[in-house]
Amino acid sequence: MSEHLIRLTAAELGARIAAGDVSSVEATRAHLDRIAAVDGAVHAFLHVEGERAIETAADLDRRRAAGEAFGPLAGVPIAIKDVLVTKGMPSTSGSRILEGWIPPYDATPVQRVRDAGLVPLGKTNMDEFAMGSSTEHSAYGPTHNPWDLERIPGGSGGGSAAAVAAFEAPIALGSDTGGSIRQPAHVTGTVGVKPTYGGVSRYGSIALASSLDQVGPVSRTVLDSALLHDIIGGYDPLDSTSIPEPWPSMAEAVRRADVSGLRIGVVKQLDSEGFQAGVRSRFHEALELLERNGAEIVEVSAPHFEYAVAAYYLIMPAEASSNLAKFDSVRFGLRVTPDGGGTVEQVMAATREAGFGPEVKRRIILGTYALSAGYYDAYYGSAQKVRTLVQRDFDAAFTTVDVLATPTAPTTAFKLGEKLDDPLAMYLNDVATIPANLAGVPGISLPVGLAPEDGLPVGIQFLAPAREDARLYNVGGALEQLLLAEWGGPLLDRAPDLSRHELFATEEGAL
Amino acid sequence: MSEINAEQVAHLANLARIALTDEEIEHLTKELVQIMHAVEQVSEVATPDVPPTNHPIPLQNVFRDDVVGHTLTVDEALSGAPESDGSRFVVSAILGEEQ
Repeated sequence: MSEHLIRLTAAELGARIAAGDVSSVEATRAHLDRIAAVDGAVHAFLHVEGERAIETAADLDRRRAAGEAFGPLAGVPIAIKDVLVTKGMPSTSGSRILEGWIPPYDATPVQRVRDAGLVPLGKTNMDEFAMGSSTEHSAYGPTHNPWDLERIPGGSGGGSAAAVAAFEAPIALGSDTGGSIRQPAHVTGTVGVKPTYGGVSRYGSIALASSLDQVGPVSRTVLDSALLHDIIGGYDPLDSTSIPEPWPSMAEAVRRADVSGLRIGVVKQLDSEGFQAGVRSRFHEALELLERNGAEIVEVSAPHFEYAVAAYYLIMPAEASSNLAKFDSVRFGLRVTPDGGGTVEQVMAATREAGFGPEVKRRIILGTYALSAGYYDAYYGSAQKVRTLVQRDFDAAFTTVDVLATPTAPTTAFKLGEKLDDPLAMYLNDVATIPANLAGVPGISLPVGLAPEDGLPVGIQFLAPAREDARLYNVGGALEQLLLAEWGGPLLDRAPDLSRHELFATEEGAL
Repeated sequence: MSEINAEQVAHLANLARIALTDEEIEHLTKELVQIMHAVEQVSEVATPDVPPTNHPIPLQNVFRDDVVGHTLTVDEALSGAPESDGSRFVVSAILGEEQ
């Protein structure tokens, strides 16, 4: 029974709960059991709600029995990336400096999923303050990819992606500053969406780079992401960059799933020899499948995309160095007092030395440098100009095509530790995902198969003009349907059986 | 552009209020030289005729009505503080002896 419940999509589970076939308590219990069985190996969670999640689910069941009406995902369990503050649940953003902090309020996306009747299971692991592409920069140890526990689950939202891929949660919340939702989706065979900048409130999302961050859905199917997007999206007066205009239903766009006449642009600069052979072959097979079903595939050029990573690694650290100034040992989090005491500034410096990990320090120093007098124009100013050029490339492309397509990342999941000592190599993981953040446009990643050379998942990324998120759900929904028909079932059916892995570990322990 | 050196990194660490160790400064200096070398390529295309972009989706003058909304209580605001006296955050001395 519980094995069956965890394999359902969020939409199916929500429908079963609404029909009265399954209670929210049963659905929540099944996922908590799964977490207990496999999270020792996966380490997707930093905090699990346990019996409190059961209480939330029981309350929901009672209210439903009393006749209260709910939306399509009511009663469905959800995992929440630790970057989002949660009232009554620890929120660390993967950092030692916030260890044990219990926020006094909910982030808006968290508030909205609670209002919609979803049941928070806990908080998921991430690179510290979302700085990384592998979760190896988490202060609490890395998450392991459910496809191969020796490999990275992507980052920064590796915990949310792995939780969904390992059937520990049907859906999750993520955040994407340079690819932190889409790249983990790519390496774990799952779906992730970065909405248009301003499409989902950033209120209560612990900021990395305020002009790039965007909260979005993580799931196993395109429809589940759309249903979650419909819940968390829309205007929020608490976020001054929130877009006030109303949005169409993303779930309806998935159900439309029609690509006839859709013009898809392949970005020449991101279809190159620098990408792994199996990533490119699966990408092109997916495009051919869409073409056979009525889409038109054309090549487009985005000449400034090659400068996007460089611009990003100036803008993001600059904004981060400013955002992370709030971790000052006064209002929340860690306080370290130097031997023999010290002034508030000395306490601050000792706290930040002890509380921040190496990648956070690297980026704060880099950002402070990029913003310092005498260098500001050359670095930060130039990067902002590149931002304009990247936007112009998008604008030019979208005059001839409806959506753009790229492989989501250059390679499949690499081994844990492989790039940890080479920050520049790590940064290049995000070459295909960063342009969307610089321009504020929405992007989706969904699985298109396994790379023949290593048997690991490969994702395709679609990008649409700002405010046209529905186009991504339409093309994503269509491609998913076509691929499922070809495969005869979801890609994740081919992932290794983690419960057996855990069984072996237990037996070894018993010896 | 000038190469970043250990003295500069120590100065930046002081500005950013992080008490880096000498080993960290040495290591970071090497990494920052490499990273800055890689990101300097932005200057190749950032010509004077290109305007900068601060925010991806332009919005102007976002105001709200001047009415009291929901705010944290004092207890809530102090709930995560390392030290408080029940109504205020408590910090150590602002000025050192020599100041």
